[in-house]
Amino acid sequence: MTETAAPLRPRLTLLEAAWVIARRDFVAVLFSRAFLFFLIGPLFPVLIGGLAGSIGRSVSDQAISIEVGLAMSAPDNAAMIAAGDALRPQLGGFVPELRVVDEAAGGSAFDARAYLDERRGNYAAIVTGTLAAPQVVGTQGQVDRWKGPVELIAATATGASPAAFPEATSEVVATSAASERTNRIRTAQAAQMVLFLLTMLLGGMVLSNLAEEKGNKIIEILAAALPMDAVFMGKLFAMLGVSFVGIAVWGTVGWGFWAIAESAVVTVTQTNFRDLPGPAVGWPMFIALGIVYFSMAYLLLGSLFLTIGAMAASVREVQTMSMPVTMLQLMVFFLSAANIGQIGTTLELTSVVFPLSSPFAMLARAALEETLWTHAVVLVWQAVAVLLLVKGGSMLFRKRVMKSGGAGRDKAKKGRLAA
Amino acid sequence: MAVSDHNRPGNHVDGAVAIPKDARPLAIEARGLVKSFDGTRAVDGVDISVPEGAIYGILGPNGAGKTTTLRMLLGIIDPDEGVRRVFGHDRPHDIGRLIGYLPEERGLYPAMKCVEAIAFMGALRGLPLKEGRRRAAELLERHDLGYAADRQIRQLSKGMAQTVQLLGTLVHRPRLVVLDEPFSGLDAINQGKLELMIRALADDGVTVIFSTHVIHHAERLCEGVAIIAGGKVPYAGSVEAARDRIPAQVRLETRSREGAWLSSLPADTRRNGDFFQFPLPATGIEPLLKSLIEGEAGILSLSIERAGLHDAFVAIAGEAAARQLQADSEGARA
Repeated sequence: MTETAAPLRPRLTLLEAAWVIARRDFVAVLFSRAFLFFLIGPLFPVLIGGLAGSIGRSVSDQAISIEVGLAMSAPDNAAMIAAGDALRPQLGGFVPELRVVDEAAGGSAFDARAYLDERRGNYAAIVTGTLAAPQVVGTQGQVDRWKGPVELIAATATGASPAAFPEATSEVVATSAASERTNRIRTAQAAQMVLFLLTMLLGGMVLSNLAEEKGNKIIEILAAALPMDAVFMGKLFAMLGVSFVGIAVWGTVGWGFWAIAESAVVTVTQTNFRDLPGPAVGWPMFIALGIVYFSMAYLLLGSLFLTIGAMAASVREVQTMSMPVTMLQLMVFFLSAANIGQIGTTLELTSVVFPLSSPFAMLARAALEETLWTHAVVLVWQAVAVLLLVKGGSMLFRKRVMKSGGAGRDKAKKGRLAA
Repeated sequence: MAVSDHNRPGNHVDGAVAIPKDARPLAIEARGLVKSFDGTRAVDGVDISVPEGAIYGILGPNGAGKTTTLRMLLGIIDPDEGVRRVFGHDRPHDIGRLIGYLPEERGLYPAMKCVEAIAFMGALRGLPLKEGRRRAAELLERHDLGYAADRQIRQLSKGMAQTVQLLGTLVHRPRLVVLDEPFSGLDAINQGKLELMIRALADDGVTVIFSTHVIHHAERLCEGVAIIAGGKVPYAGSVEAARDRIPAQVRLETRSREGAWLSSLPADTRRNGDFFQFPLPATGIEPLLKSLIEGEAGILSLSIERAGLHDAFVAIAGEAAARQLQADSEGARA
């Protein structure tokens, strides 16, 4: 070895040091086979959920009938159907679909009660009798539900109710204060849910992040070369980068899925995402804040998870910790979710100030309030909290983990020698 | 027991420990380092001074506090008490680019290619990745591992992986190289190669400090040693001075077993089979020789043996520590 001595140069800055770690981790994770499984993992439940949802809906459509059978005389049946068709434009879903019960068409011997008891046909209820005295046969719930509509249809059929309805003119307003607030709460809830799902899906990765270094014993090389907070910071940002790659992939897949199967998604989820009301700060700013708050939520929870994971002596311990950590995430989410729409209350302010729930609470605020300066202030606070957590975690790590060599832990031996 | 070189000119006199001081500036200077873990004092008042360009050994049995001392010197952990300076800096991370460190528990990322692993270790010390890769390829070639440059670490033998890690320790051309038990796990051939590398580093002016529980490595390589036992450093100084702590031993074999000449032997003479063993008298060997000849002892053989570092270790650190050191050394060889 004849390497010559290097000239005196300053040390790496904290950012440079963090960059060295982040670059290695990012590349190592991104080009690992496990990452591919990580990427496609969340797509499975979406596909399975979609499949199960469409099957469920189809089964449900077949199983839950709102058809009401008609077992009256043929003219009465025809009059009822005509009256139903006439009323449907005004009353929509309140008017049942009416269908003549085939088995009753033969004559007056038809027993509706026995027919339903024998579980034949697929009718919610059956109407017998005459237009003047209709009788609804069915379970108590179905009778309660359809008695009124059947009476209205029968009355219409006999001409007892007006044949034509006066036409009301209408004037539509875009929204009202009450409905706007209610609608924006939906947006806030949806945004919080997305933020929570993403941090829960991606935050767990950080928990076992130092396990590799501890397992490979490389941690001591890192700790000797760089300040531990730079190592922590580098690892956090690497995993944040990996998370953005994941979100980009999932987002692209989701966008593509939406583009080709929008109606199916709306049917399955019973939600048309196009109809989500616009947030108070506007969509572009809301999306930008969403990205920033995801980063902050990830860094805050990540720094805590990194510290917890770093304290673990083995991968098994890390796995054991994942349950309480998930519970912690849920509690943080519930703290923020419980206060949506209650801006300014003590509990809401607590969730804004408490670092771990702060990004969730502030994203909800962005949906409900136009004020922007509060975001700037809280983002600074969140950044400070990240730094404090990283500093505390790295100090704890140096204090509790970097103790002594393997043999040095044998206190009995040490005591003997000291004596 | 604390032994020091207080009487030697130029030595420190501010504690139990001192090493000969020369004109060279100090690469490492530690005073009164103390570190406790869970109420146990792992290191208890360690003083060490290592001049630039020296090969310096920290010698002691397993659990003596060697690794904790090195970790404090490198800034991996902070001492509870005491001060440390590396090239005059209180915070070793401030001059991280000048230091190379090979920990006792070797570690590399198994999926990394050799050349990348070395370049990454250089990058940790501020060497640009591109330059690191160039130097890594060069170093691997020079150490007959060029063919393995693109192999993953997990594909290497243990010895090869250790060499790769050592090259990673040196790739940024540090001025101070700290090696924690560098010989453990190496076969005799690779131990020899490592000794040559350490000497070559010192020839280039690099300060090398290594811990070991194998005395002969320290004896062959080191200019100075710190003997550490039970978290304390009862001796720190030159190897020569350590050996001088014990007078040379005289080994005498005589034809006659009895006679008046016996009274001329020193009081602390031990009989070991046919031999008498005693420390070389302060007056030298000549007066004793005269008495033996006049007393017709019938000298069959007489040798004067200078004390080895092992004897010095026994004398300085005590029998218990020496036995432990011996056991660790044999365990490592096994």
